[in-house]
Amino acid sequence: MARIFCYIAHKNGVADDSAAELAGAARKINPAASPIAIVTGFGAGFDVCAALRTSYSEIWTISNEALAYPNAELVRKTLVKVVPPGSIVLVAHEHFGIDLAPGLSIKLNSCFVSDVLGIDGLDGNSLNVVRQEFGGMVSTHVRCEVSSGAVLTIRPGAFKPLDTAPPNCTVVDKSAEVGALTAGRRYLHTIAPESGAVDITKHAVLVSIGRGIQEKDNVPIAEELAAELGAAVSCSRPVVDAKWLEKARQVGSSGKTVKPKVYMACGISGSFQHLAGLKGNPFIIAINKNPKAPIFQVADVGIVDDILEFLPEMTAKVREMHTVAAK
Amino acid sequence: MEILVCARRVPDTSENEIQLNSAGNEIERDELVYSINEPDNYAVEEALQIAARVGGNVTVVTVGSEDDEEILRREMAMGANHGVLLTDEAFAGSDGRGLAAILKAFVQKGIYDLVLTGVQAEDGGAQVGGMLAAMLDWPFASLVNAIEVLDGRKLKITREIEGGNKEISEIDLPCVLSIQTGINEPRYVGMRGIRAVASLPVPTYGLSELGIDTASVGESGAKVKRVDYFVPALGKGADMLDGSREENIDKVLELVAAKGGLK
Repeated sequence: MARIFCYIAHKNGVADDSAAELAGAARKINPAASPIAIVTGFGAGFDVCAALRTSYSEIWTISNEALAYPNAELVRKTLVKVVPPGSIVLVAHEHFGIDLAPGLSIKLNSCFVSDVLGIDGLDGNSLNVVRQEFGGMVSTHVRCEVSSGAVLTIRPGAFKPLDTAPPNCTVVDKSAEVGALTAGRRYLHTIAPESGAVDITKHAVLVSIGRGIQEKDNVPIAEELAAELGAAVSCSRPVVDAKWLEKARQVGSSGKTVKPKVYMACGISGSFQHLAGLKGNPFIIAINKNPKAPIFQVADVGIVDDILEFLPEMTAKVREMHTVAAK
Repeated sequence: MEILVCARRVPDTSENEIQLNSAGNEIERDELVYSINEPDNYAVEEALQIAARVGGNVTVVTVGSEDDEEILRREMAMGANHGVLLTDEAFAGSDGRGLAAILKAFVQKGIYDLVLTGVQAEDGGAQVGGMLAAMLDWPFASLVNAIEVLDGRKLKITREIEGGNKEISEIDLPCVLSIQTGINEPRYVGMRGIRAVASLPVPTYGLSELGIDTASVGESGAKVKRVDYFVPALGKGADMLDGSREENIDKVLELVAAKGGLK
C-alpha cells in the first residue's frame, strides 16, 4: 500500500486549517492509513509540529535556510528528495498548492488531480475522486491510476479532521537528506493589500454583486440599495477583474474575509473561492437569473430573478418605507 | 522577447447553462457557445503588452481540433503574430500531463523566452503550466498578476496570494507563468479585426511533426480519466422564494430585519 504524505502549510508557527483536513482526506483514501506530515521551514517554523500531533502519528521535518519562506520550486526539490517513489502526496488547493503540485507530479512521475473535494477510495491501483468543473456547476468522478503514485490538491474545507488523535507521534528530522537548494525564482517581499474607502469587513449587511451586474454603469443600483439599507457594497472577483470596483471590495480567498449578519449575493454564481471569504455563518440571500447557479446550494434563501430589475425595485420599496416611517 | 501563450477553447459559462445530457454522463455540448478560456485571453493581452514594451513576437498555440482555430484567429486579431494548432487524432483524450507533453514538444521546436498560460481552464485543473515548466526544467509561477521585465534575462513578478496580499519575486528566463484574471484589460476584438486575419495561415502540427511518443498522450497515455459528469445531490439548499417580485422583496426586507441587519 502506497504511503500517504501531507504537505503542511504554515505561517508564523501556526498550521493552516488544511493541515488537519489533509489527514482526514488521507483516511478517505485508505481508512487504515497513518499519513505522514511533512513540515519544511527554518527556525521557529517548527513550533507548528506540536499542533500536528492531534492529526499525525509521524512528522518529517526538513530545516533549511532556503526554506524559510515557502518557495514552491525549493519545496518541490525537497519533496522529490525525501518522498519515496509510488507515494501519494496531498497538498491544500490554495495559492501555494497550485504553485507546487503540478510540477511535483511530473518530478515524482505520478498522476495529478487538482482541487479534489471528495474521495471514494482506492480500488486496486485506481483511486476514485470527485472534483468540479465550470465554476461548480457540474461535478465529475475522476479515476486516476496510482501505481506510480499520485499528487492531489485538496479543496480547503471539503474534508473533516480526524475525530480522535493518534495515540502517539514521532518527529523525524530529514534535513540531512536535502542538502543545498537553489531556484530560478527568488522570493523578494510581500505587499499587504491597500485599504479601500469602505471597510467591508465591518458591515452587518453586504449587498454583494457579481458578474450579473453586467456593466460598470449598473453598479450604482447596488450602491443605492446599500445606502438605503445602511449596508456596504462588496463584490466577487469578476467585478474587480473588470475594474468596476476596487480590490478592497472583493470577498473571497484572494480578497477579504467578511463576517456580516446578512449577505445578499446578487448575480454571484458562488465559486468556492468566493464562498471561502464568508465566515461566521451569515444569512445568505441569493438573487440570480440562473436557477442552476451553485450559490443556491449554499444560500439560506434564493430568488430566481434579474438583479438589474430586482435591486432598483427593492431600493424603491425601502425608500417608501423610510418615507412612511418619517411621517 | 519571444512569447508563447497556450490557450484553450472552452464552453463560455457566461453564455451557457451547463447541463447534463439525457444519459447523465456528459454535459450537453450541442448548443454550447464556445470562446477562449477567459484567463488565457488575459495571458495573450499581457504577452502583447510585454512585446509592445520590449519588442518581440507573440505566438498563440492550442491543442485541439479544427474547431479550435477560431480562438487562434481571435487572438491574432488582438495582435498575436502567429497562431498554431497542435492537432492529431492521437491527442484526443489526453489528460493534463498529456497536454503538457504535447506543448513541451512544440516549445522545444522553437526558441521562446517566456511561456504564458491562463491560471485555469473552465473544465481544467490549473495544471498544464506547472507541468510544462517541470518537463522543461524551467522556473514556474502561478497566479501571476503583474510582470515587469528586468535587465539580465529576469522578470519581476507579482503573485496573488491569500487575503489580497501580493507576493513579489524575481524569476529567471526562460520561464512559464500562469496568468490570473484582472492582470490587465484585454482589448476588444471586433468582427472587422477577425475578418482582417481570416486569410492568414494557421500552421498545424501533429504527432509525427512534434516527435511525440504515442504512449505519453491521448486516451491510452492518460493516467487520469473523467468517468462521468453529475450534479451532486443538493445539501439543504436554499429556500426558494417563488412569489411575485413585490412579494419576494417584502420577504427579503423582512428577513434582513429579522436577521439583525436593518437599522
